[in-house]
Amino acid sequence: MLLSTVIFLPLLGVVAIALLRGMGASAIKGIAMGVAVLTFLISLGLYTGFDATTTEMQFAESRAWIPQLGTRYDIGIDGISLWLVLLTTFLTPVCILAAWNSVEKGLSGFMMSLLALETGMLGVFCAMDLFLFFVFWESMLIPMYFLIGIWGGERRVYATIKFVLYTMAGSALMLVGILALYFQNGDNGFALLPLYERVGGFTHANLLFMAFFIAFAIKVPLFPFHTWLPDAHVEAPTVGSVILAGVLLKMGTYGIVRFCLPLFPEAAATYTPLIVTLAVVGIIYGALVAMVQPDLKKLVAYSSVSHLGFVVLGLFTQHHAGIQGGVLQMINHGLSTGALFLLVGMIYERRHSRMIVDFGGVAKSMPIFATVFMITTLSSIGLPGLNGFVGEFMILLGSFHSGAFSKVYVVLAATGVILAAVYMLWMFQRVMFGTPDKTNAALPDLNARELAVLLPVMLFIVWIGVYPKPFLNRMEKSVGVVVTKVRQEAAPAMGHTDFLDNLDDIERPTATDVQHQKEAERK
Amino acid sequence: MSRTLVIVLLISPLFGFLINGLFGKFLKGNEKLSGGIGALAVLVSFICAIVAFAGVQGGAVLEGESGVLYEWIAGEGFTFNIGFHVDALTTVMLLVITGVGFLIHVYSIGYMHGDAGYTRYFAYLNLFVFAMLVLVLGNNYLMMFVGWEGVGLCSYLLIGFWYEKQSATDAGKKAFIVNRIGDFGFLLGMFTLFAAFGSLDFAAIFGAAEANDFQQVFGGITLVIATLLLFVGAVGKSAQIPLYVWLPDAMEGPTPVSALIHAATMVTAGVYMIARSAVLYELAHTGEVVAWIGVLTAFFAATIAITQNDIKRILAYSTVSQLGYMFVGVGVGAYASGIFHLMTHAFFKGLMFLAAGSVMHAMANELDMRKMGGLKAKMPITHWTFFIGAFAMAGPFLSGFWSKDEILHSAWGSNPAIYVIGLITAFLTAFYMFRLIFVTFYGQSRVESDVAAHLHESPPVMWVPLAILAIPSAIIGLLLGWGGHDSAFHHFTDNVFKAAKEIGSGGHGEASGSMVLFMIISGIVGLVGIGAAWMRYSKRTPSAQPGTALHKLVANKYYIDEIYTAVFVQPIKNVSHYLLWRIVDTGIIDGIVNGVAGAIRIVGGTLRRLQTGVVQAYIVSMVVGIVIFLAYYLFML
Repeated sequence: MLLSTVIFLPLLGVVAIALLRGMGASAIKGIAMGVAVLTFLISLGLYTGFDATTTEMQFAESRAWIPQLGTRYDIGIDGISLWLVLLTTFLTPVCILAAWNSVEKGLSGFMMSLLALETGMLGVFCAMDLFLFFVFWESMLIPMYFLIGIWGGERRVYATIKFVLYTMAGSALMLVGILALYFQNGDNGFALLPLYERVGGFTHANLLFMAFFIAFAIKVPLFPFHTWLPDAHVEAPTVGSVILAGVLLKMGTYGIVRFCLPLFPEAAATYTPLIVTLAVVGIIYGALVAMVQPDLKKLVAYSSVSHLGFVVLGLFTQHHAGIQGGVLQMINHGLSTGALFLLVGMIYERRHSRMIVDFGGVAKSMPIFATVFMITTLSSIGLPGLNGFVGEFMILLGSFHSGAFSKVYVVLAATGVILAAVYMLWMFQRVMFGTPDKTNAALPDLNARELAVLLPVMLFIVWIGVYPKPFLNRMEKSVGVVVTKVRQEAAPAMGHTDFLDNLDDIERPTATDVQHQKEAERK
Repeated sequence: MSRTLVIVLLISPLFGFLINGLFGKFLKGNEKLSGGIGALAVLVSFICAIVAFAGVQGGAVLEGESGVLYEWIAGEGFTFNIGFHVDALTTVMLLVITGVGFLIHVYSIGYMHGDAGYTRYFAYLNLFVFAMLVLVLGNNYLMMFVGWEGVGLCSYLLIGFWYEKQSATDAGKKAFIVNRIGDFGFLLGMFTLFAAFGSLDFAAIFGAAEANDFQQVFGGITLVIATLLLFVGAVGKSAQIPLYVWLPDAMEGPTPVSALIHAATMVTAGVYMIARSAVLYELAHTGEVVAWIGVLTAFFAATIAITQNDIKRILAYSTVSQLGYMFVGVGVGAYASGIFHLMTHAFFKGLMFLAAGSVMHAMANELDMRKMGGLKAKMPITHWTFFIGAFAMAGPFLSGFWSKDEILHSAWGSNPAIYVIGLITAFLTAFYMFRLIFVTFYGQSRVESDVAAHLHESPPVMWVPLAILAIPSAIIGLLLGWGGHDSAFHHFTDNVFKAAKEIGSGGHGEASGSMVLFMIISGIVGLVGIGAAWMRYSKRTPSAQPGTALHKLVANKYYIDEIYTAVFVQPIKNVSHYLLWRIVDTGIIDGIVNGVAGAIRIVGGTLRRLQTGVVQAYIVSMVVGIVIFLAYYLFML
């Protein structure tokens, strides 16, 4: 029941706000915040109660739901979804606090959307039934549609429709995939776990893989499916951007690691060269396009394309370090990009502009803001000691070591490390450094509420950077399951060599062998 | 050696950073306290370093399991620890970092007086010391990399310390990005090592490399690639060709920062890394590449230094040049000599930067030596200490002479061409260094009158560190370097490089010829260089405009910055903006997306017309359909 409580508690908050419509603004905010904080606190029980030694789904619940359709209410989490659940329950109260004073119209609707969104997202990460997954996946679109469409910027309608249609196009493909799996699942209906156990693979596995993958790739978004993202980010309210970047994009990468890899390992191996190419192109392309953006939000949006390219690269390494790094990097990106959007939002509220040219010298008037912004920037560019580095390092190490694809990809991907420094530091310089003009010199520094929004995020940014063990520990077994699946079944599909790939196969002479050889030469 | 000692040594500056960083607001009114905390934090580390140094002499070394602090990044098939490795090489670095570091903190208390960012400055400086300690204390490449990037960050923050100045933040950004290019190589080098050894621990890698004798098994290809990639990192961090361009610009930072980070410690990290990896470079035979890059950089930077008139820039190019010497040392297998030069250089170059800061302090931040002259009378201590520093680098007998001569001597044994270029560079070094001394401190005063009125010697808090640094700059070469390759310094570091020496024996020609002869030659070359500078500049000011085309080329630093901008920076910016963003992203990709949407709308609009609501039309189309179907089945099948 713990998991269901976590998932549906926010929905209870929605109902409460709906019933008590006439309340004042502070009561609405109070209820929303209270529910979100309570959900987070309860979700901590998932962390403490989590057993890192098993590969089983934990906190699992299974109930009949619509027997006529063969669909059940099956939920559960493993070491991968655990972190995405916690990320969601963590970011939601942060977002509510961040939006405290910025919603001018329809406050109750805003808070209801946010809480409903939380339930949708949590459901996606916990569903162990394909039909249930799809229901959550789609239902989460609705509150997001409202968040951008009602509380968004000037071109919000265009951005919303683009976002929804893009996602729906992917969903349609996925629905076909889900139905195809259903027909191959025998008496198990839409249940996911029996599909994992199935031997011999599925008919039309390549097509099914693609159906799922395209749906997820749009969500990630993987190049070239990314153009909805900058528009959605620019038009979304701050909180919408935070949730979008922090959690929604992760639904794509989560889907890959939950469905595409373990269900269709052979197909995954077949398409690895293509996908990894797109990921690497995304890393470099996203970084280069981010570099020349005049709008802060667009810059961060394109940087997400680049960062998520790293995640996808990691997931397709067939290597433990790579996949684990990819999963960790989902969390890291949620934290650092979430924080970046929060920061951009805070400065936007003061200056009513997101254009980089309008800023300059802000460090002078907002020193605390400058410090937090700097830490977040460094986290985003992967400075060792902060969270981003741990993920990127593991991804690149895994990519290099795995031999699933050529090392040329790794070298190219690693240039992303340089480019990230270029676009982030150049942006930071133009916004924060220099002599402030009159307007910028008068900007007030962060207040207590804003600090309270940012400090928890900073805490995790440092924590994961310095001591990631609690995080890595708990995801290790579950990642191991995925690795075993993709390795076993993908083995025949790997057929390429690099000079370094053979290192493990070469029998190295021991010290004594060398000595014998030398002696022989002497004779 | 106890791990606790190392932890205290490491943590102390971190605490200093946190105190000044978090509570700077409350310390703002009290400069003495803020600076005092910063200096004290490093002093504690210095004392620990002395204890560690004494321990290492007794043979105690912290390594392997006993040095591990905790598991940092680990999973199935990979474990990377936070752990320490302390041996003789480490303690030399520790003493330099904390010793010179402490003096520079003290000096900064005076130098930064009245600056609005006083507490921020000490926070950054402490953070730098912490990161640098991480770099040298780590027992694996990954931890070295943590420190490596950490010092890069501090360098970025401190170069751009006066962030209202565009040139300062430009320089900081440039430093970080150029260093990142190097770090990109370092990262890939680590991956290559991990692919080969399954670990990044020094002990595991060096042990396995020795045991397997890689050069016999693979022709060393993996190690060749790994060592060269790591060297890319060193080229970035230690400002060698072609990535040296950030260091001259780094002089935008406060002068004590230039002394500590961009002369004494951080920029020598690359040399330390190669000395630490000596075994790998010996097995891979890539030392020659290191030595050639080093000697070419040494020469190249020295030629630029001759034509500059900004005293800090001259010192910056001289640092690039001297780092080149260090790379020659570690490149030709004279690891102890390279590290010895690293140490003497830390003293005399740190000293000269601080002395330059003292001049700036008196001259209202003027850096152009053409506007100086005759400062000797007004600033005797600054003059003498600067003189000692310059002589230690260029002339005979003082510290730099001993270490540089060892390197040159070893270079002769390895490759005479490297020796010859090194010797020519030694002449250039003496010439440009004493050009600076003579133009700044001797001859007629060219100081503008309003500045001249305030000319004064710096306060004790600044000149005392100068005087203290002058002592090792003068004598440490003789003390530790007497006996050349058989000196006290060599004996101290013997154990560290023993394995590499054994592998390398036969690889590098043993340094041949009498050491004394070499010393006489380089001594004379140095004196001739100083004499030439005296003849030319004791009475004359450098001309305002470069005369010949060659002079113009060199004075403009061979236009390397301009070339980089034209070849890399601008094209990348333009391609990103016009081709990728405007054409590919907005034009093609989004065009297709919107195009599909548009097409659907058009198709939908067309099809809508079919829904006319006229029953006759429906019937007609139905009849036509039936006819077509019938026709198909009747005639086609």
